[in-house]
This record gives sequence, C-alpha cells and structure tokens, in this order.
Amino acid sequence: MSIDWTTFTPWSALAGGAIIGVAVALFALFNGRVTGISGIAGGLLRPSFPDWTWRAAFLGGLIVAPIAYRLLKAPPDLTIAADYPTLVLAGILVGVGTRYGSGCTSGHGVCGVSRLSPRSLVATLAFMAAGFATVFVTHHILS
Amino acid sequence: MYALFAFVAGLVFGIGLLVSGMVNPAKVIGFLDLAGQWDPSLALVMAGAVAIGAIGFFVAGRRKATILGTPMLLPTTRAIDRRLVVGGAVFGVGWGLAGFCPGPALVALGIGHPKAIVFTAAMLAGMLAFECLERMRTSSSARLEPAAGGTSE
Repeated sequence: MSIDWTTFTPWSALAGGAIIGVAVALFALFNGRVTGISGIAGGLLRPSFPDWTWRAAFLGGLIVAPIAYRLLKAPPDLTIAADYPTLVLAGILVGVGTRYGSGCTSGHGVCGVSRLSPRSLVATLAFMAAGFATVFVTHHILS
Repeated sequence: MYALFAFVAGLVFGIGLLVSGMVNPAKVIGFLDLAGQWDPSLALVMAGAVAIGAIGFFVAGRRKATILGTPMLLPTTRAIDRRLVVGGAVFGVGWGLAGFCPGPALVALGIGHPKAIVFTAAMLAGMLAFECLERMRTSSSARLEPAAGGTSE
C-alpha cells in the first residue's frame, strides 16, 4: 500500500464529513430518525407509504444539492470508469444488498458507527471488506 | 414542517457529499484500491461525519421526543444475522464495481450525469425487486413468524 498524495484531499474530506455529520445530527434531533439513504429510498417503494412526503422531501434535498452548491462553486467533475452494463449490475447489487442488509454507507457506516451500534459495525466491516475485495479483483486480477 | 426539515437534512447531506468529493466514484474507488495508489480521503469523511453525528445521537438519545415534538424513531434492531452480513457484502460488491453508494448516486443524478441516472435506475429496480420478494416471503410465512419490529438503518 502506498498513499497517493496527489489525490488525497484531507481538508475537504474532513469538512465535507463534518457537514454530513451536521445533516445527520439535524435529522436525528428534528425528525428522530437515522439518516439511512437506502432505507429512506426503499420505503418509497412499498405498496402503502403513508410517510412518503418526508421521504420524498429528503431525497429531493439530496438531488437539488448540486444546484445550491453551484451558487458557491462548480460541482466536481465525475470520473465514472465503469461501463453501462457494469453500472446496471452494480446498481442492482447495491439496491438489493442495502435493503437485505438494512443499510448502506450512511445508515450503517455513518449513523450506526456514530451510535456505536455493534450491528452496524459488523455491516460496515462487511461492505468495506467486499468493496476492497471487489476493487482488488477488478483492478489487479482482471485488468 | 416535518417534511421541510427532512428536505433541509437531505440538502445539507448532499452539500457535504459534494464538498467531501465523494460524489465522484473515482475518489471512492481510490479509497477501495488498497493495493494501488491509495487515497485515504473517504476515511476522513467518515471520521468527520461520525464526530459530529455522535454528538447529535447522544443528545437525541436522551430525549423522549424530537424538537418538533414527534416521537424518536431511532433503530431498535440489534440482531447480527446472516441477512446483515450477506446484504452488506452484496452491497459492497456493487459499491466496488461502480464507486457509487445510494447517497452520492442521488447527488450525481442531480448533477445530471447520464451514468448516474442509469446506476440510480438500476438501484431503484433492485430495491423494488427486494420489496416484491420480501412481500411474497412474508405473506407465505406470516402465520408462522411475526414481522420483526423496529425501524431499519
């Protein structure tokens, strides 16, 4: 392992992380919920969804964030190396996996770890390990 | 009012993802590529978010109701089971393939990147497929085992 100092962005990473933490704290204090994005989105796909307004409002906030951000500076350029078939497969795996495992990077990774939930720590280790293994295979074995 | 605060939380969360750089899948892949040129940024995003989030949950955990007066609905599930680990691992494979998890994908959708649109559509299809399978499974076993309580992460 060698650290790539040219791409490492410690200050913007910490600042962005702190802003995410503020959002999580606000949502806990005002809405009484963990900020689990896969759970919020998945709940919209249930046949009966009496609580769809706040779910749609939260996801709407995420989607319009680039518009608000653009008032300050241009959104970052996105480099997406995966081709379309890979993105479709990856999307399905992320959709099914996050619902089956009851959470993603936000719900388990940020909120669960913040709450010192052993359940979320296990889930976070599972998806981190699978992510490391997958990139190792795609970048160092298959390529 | 409840939905307005949810909107603000989503907006602030999305801005945090933009500032952190994590909406860019290349940054995420750079973190997951331990054997290559490693970019530790994502670890610092998590550290910053957990540091502030922990304070929020500490305060929220001592309250019976939210500031808006609605009930606290923090997860109560404690089970560490096969579902949790298998689901996490399946998610991790998809995350490693694309460099997207649900939050950054939705923000990238807002940027209008065509690949983010395709990924998000596939992700929602996966979630919908899961809901349908769950409903079939629970309707066939509803009389045998009651549904698990608590809200999920």
